[in-house]
Amino acid sequence: MTRITVTVDGVEYFDEVEPRMLLVQYLRESLGKVGTVIGCDTSNCGACTVHLDGRSVKSCNVLAVQADGHEVTTIEGLAANGSLHPMQTAFHETHALQCGYCTPGMIMQACDLLKDNPDPSEQEIREGLEGNLCRCTGYHNIVRAVQQAAGAMREGVAS
Amino acid sequence: MTVTDETQTREAPELEIGRARFRKEDERLITGRSRFTDNMQLPGMLHLAMVRSPFAHATITSIDTDAAKAAPGVIAVVTGEDIKDIQGVNANAWPITTDQVTPTHLPVVIDHVACAGEIVAVIAARTEAQARDAIELVDVDYEELPAVLDSKEALKDEVLAHPDLGTNKSAFWQLDSAAQGSGGDVEEAIAKARTDGVVIEREFRQQRLIPAFMEPRSTVVDPTGDQLTVWSATQVPHILRFLIAATTGLPESKLRVVAPDVGGGFGGKLQTTPEEFATIAVARRLGKPCKYTETRSESLLSGHHGRDQWQKLTLSAEKDGTVTGLKVELIADLGAYVAVIGGGIPVLGAWMFNAIYKFPAYQFNCQTVLTNKAWVDAYRGAGRPEATFGIERMMDELAAEVGVDPLEIREQNWITHEEFPFTTVAGMTYDSGNYEAATAKAKELFGYDALRAEQARRRADKDPVQLGIGVSTFTEMCGLAPSRILGSLNYGAGGWEHASIRMLPTGKVEVITGSSAHGQGHHTAWSQIVADRLGVAFEDVEVLHGDTAIAPKGMDTYGSRSLVVGGEAVVRAADKVIEKAKVIAAHLLEASADDLEFSGGRFGVKGTDRGLAIGEVALATFAAHNLPDGVEPSLDSDATYDPVNFSFPHGTHLCAMEVDTETGATSMRSYACVDDVGVIVNPLLVEGQIHGGLVQGISQALWEGAEYDENGTLVTGSFVDYTLPTAADTISFVTDTTVSPSTTNTLGTKGVGEAGTIAATPAVVNAIIDALRPLGIHDIQMPCTPERVWQAIQSASTPPEGEREAAPHFDERAPNQDPPGGSITEGGAQ
Repeated sequence: MTRITVTVDGVEYFDEVEPRMLLVQYLRESLGKVGTVIGCDTSNCGACTVHLDGRSVKSCNVLAVQADGHEVTTIEGLAANGSLHPMQTAFHETHALQCGYCTPGMIMQACDLLKDNPDPSEQEIREGLEGNLCRCTGYHNIVRAVQQAAGAMREGVAS
Repeated sequence: MTVTDETQTREAPELEIGRARFRKEDERLITGRSRFTDNMQLPGMLHLAMVRSPFAHATITSIDTDAAKAAPGVIAVVTGEDIKDIQGVNANAWPITTDQVTPTHLPVVIDHVACAGEIVAVIAARTEAQARDAIELVDVDYEELPAVLDSKEALKDEVLAHPDLGTNKSAFWQLDSAAQGSGGDVEEAIAKARTDGVVIEREFRQQRLIPAFMEPRSTVVDPTGDQLTVWSATQVPHILRFLIAATTGLPESKLRVVAPDVGGGFGGKLQTTPEEFATIAVARRLGKPCKYTETRSESLLSGHHGRDQWQKLTLSAEKDGTVTGLKVELIADLGAYVAVIGGGIPVLGAWMFNAIYKFPAYQFNCQTVLTNKAWVDAYRGAGRPEATFGIERMMDELAAEVGVDPLEIREQNWITHEEFPFTTVAGMTYDSGNYEAATAKAKELFGYDALRAEQARRRADKDPVQLGIGVSTFTEMCGLAPSRILGSLNYGAGGWEHASIRMLPTGKVEVITGSSAHGQGHHTAWSQIVADRLGVAFEDVEVLHGDTAIAPKGMDTYGSRSLVVGGEAVVRAADKVIEKAKVIAAHLLEASADDLEFSGGRFGVKGTDRGLAIGEVALATFAAHNLPDGVEPSLDSDATYDPVNFSFPHGTHLCAMEVDTETGATSMRSYACVDDVGVIVNPLLVEGQIHGGLVQGISQALWEGAEYDENGTLVTGSFVDYTLPTAADTISFVTDTTVSPSTTNTLGTKGVGEAGTIAATPAVVNAIIDALRPLGIHDIQMPCTPERVWQAIQSASTPPEGEREAAPHFDERAPNQDPPGGSITEGGAQ
């Protein structure tokens, strides 16, 4: 067992974990952060995407011990002060989710995409989300959501 | 924190039906407060892992579990022999003929493995990791048997998937229009066309697909005393409960089945699975809560697959393109077992191959066959996409043969809007539709004429990248289904749906539905329906479902049935509430019930300003201080609705594909569709269903296919190899609707869940073929990968005009497509 210190959604945790434990397993099984879900075992689907020190990672592709000393944000920590993140609002308002299983990863990846490129074209959005699979929406409304959120976030910065 | 926007609040006079309401379901899903089955942890819960057969066909000679039992954290290792008296069976509920050959499908096999991935033993351990670690320690001795993997090979009965059954042929099912009196003799029509008309003969392949819902299946079983609670990622909690009781002997009254948040299904969770039954058996045996969650690889390997047909089609027509007959001969690969409705899925195509066209003679033949592959059952569209693909490809072939535009040949043969209701050659009565209107709108949105002009220019210029335009004017039958029809087809259950409405004393309304949503948005749509019907606020309606203890009656969600059957049950329950409330309101208002009118949620006395809101009546009923004599103090009402007919949505889908004739690469230029799904409750939800459906249909045309190697090993067993499209592979769509209200339900609605998937596949393939037809290419097997397109171009010759073969026939020396198992990318089983 290895001792780790990780800040997850603003709370610092001290834990002992098996060295082979994946970050997503640590989040779900040790911390009960089940909002982050597992959709595959080959890092193709992106359902488990979280932010590690502010950048998106597939948490099935990171060992829990690699998060030692780092800060993790999950879908459960995205809303701040009782207000939804603009990306969450945009997913809701554009009907960018149906079953909702890919949604946590999709939202976290979309936030990361806008961090790099606050005003992406449709093609840039599509390529930026290429690592996240959705089986319900056909991506059409997910693209709309990211466009809406990008607009709202640019306005937020400007005002 | 709330996701309900202030600006969305209800303005009194506006009707809810038709509004693009944002979904009530979203908040927990966008904030990570979801309730998927695998999220559950119960005190003392054990985790299960499955030992699965690596062989497609084998007998088991011994299983040594000692090493696994001694492994850290392992509590038990259970074999099929250990639970043979309690595990039940995975039943087939739809034997399509009385003499159907139906192998017994045990959840955990005992001595015979009929496909790779079957469960041989179950490990229960304290953690999931410990359970999985012990899989390797179970020593199973297999004696490998020859496996039959190709459905045409299987029909020869040389290698048997189940040696004890003596044959691989499961059942033969026929619909003949002459025999049933709904049309003429198809053989006569074809014979006549051979002498003085047009005969088109083709063989198409419907490749095997995997539903690939995003949430892997998971089951939690809690045996508390003599009661058993099962949480499962299922579309069908009620059917599951019934079949557990029916096959394990557990009393139905002791069983509670819950489908919490379910992460997609697309038919893939319309099943009672070996994993569910194994988890139940092990939890009962150990007396402890148990959880099993599959890995993605297990999901692709052992969840049921879809499609997998060979279609031999013969279409006869007059020389001018007027259709005279259609003969369909299907070979449907069921895989190793006849799944819950596996045998019936291809048979649903019987009423759909004739589609929107006025065939005077028709015959449908379906031979189902067993092989040593994963079992096949419903996948989005279930029988209708296969049929729609076949007929829409054939209509394009006919247009090419006659030398007219594909839309023209369709218009020449389709049912005109004046002809509804129309009884088809298959014997179905389509209630309403307007193919002309949907097609006109789609052509305009698509820019059809401009694209045809561009295509002609690029053909003339010999552009290496050719443009193809694909047409699909589909209809489908959904809203499963009138119970009497299901009974006549030997289906094991009815097709009704149930709803209850509870009027709470505070004016809130609870709607209990037997439909079991897994992403469709029922909470939102049912709230809109009830808000209008009862005149209450959208926000005041709560929808409860998916738990047999809360919603005890139901037939669940599949076959685009929820709104047209389940929604109608909700309407009828609401109407009963109004009838009950009217009696009490009349008493309280000291008026005759005949003098009351109910509008906007209020019972008013005609000609006066006196009245009571339905919420006030609910409170007075709760108090029960002043009710008419003999009236019970409740407004709560139930309705069980059995549909009188299927639902027949339709639409026109147009697709433009760019095909690089030098590399075989294809890319979608544009896609426009106009769907007629009757009256729309929520346009946002309808668009979402269409978008998602389209991509699944497009994906069958271009990317997906479950492939087995010559040993029966699934080689597309992960998302690395089973290629779901990403956002970067797809485009934005142009979607619109026309409205021909259904005449068979109160709201005028039609099903929408499967429409996109059913329509899109032939639109895409027709577009690719349209681009390449000048090269003499008239079919490419799906998925139309760049390699297959390139191969088709390479092997195509362009005979001089006038020497072109009129109608290629089923001559093995002149195949009209890739031979089975012949292409480089394809496994031996296909």
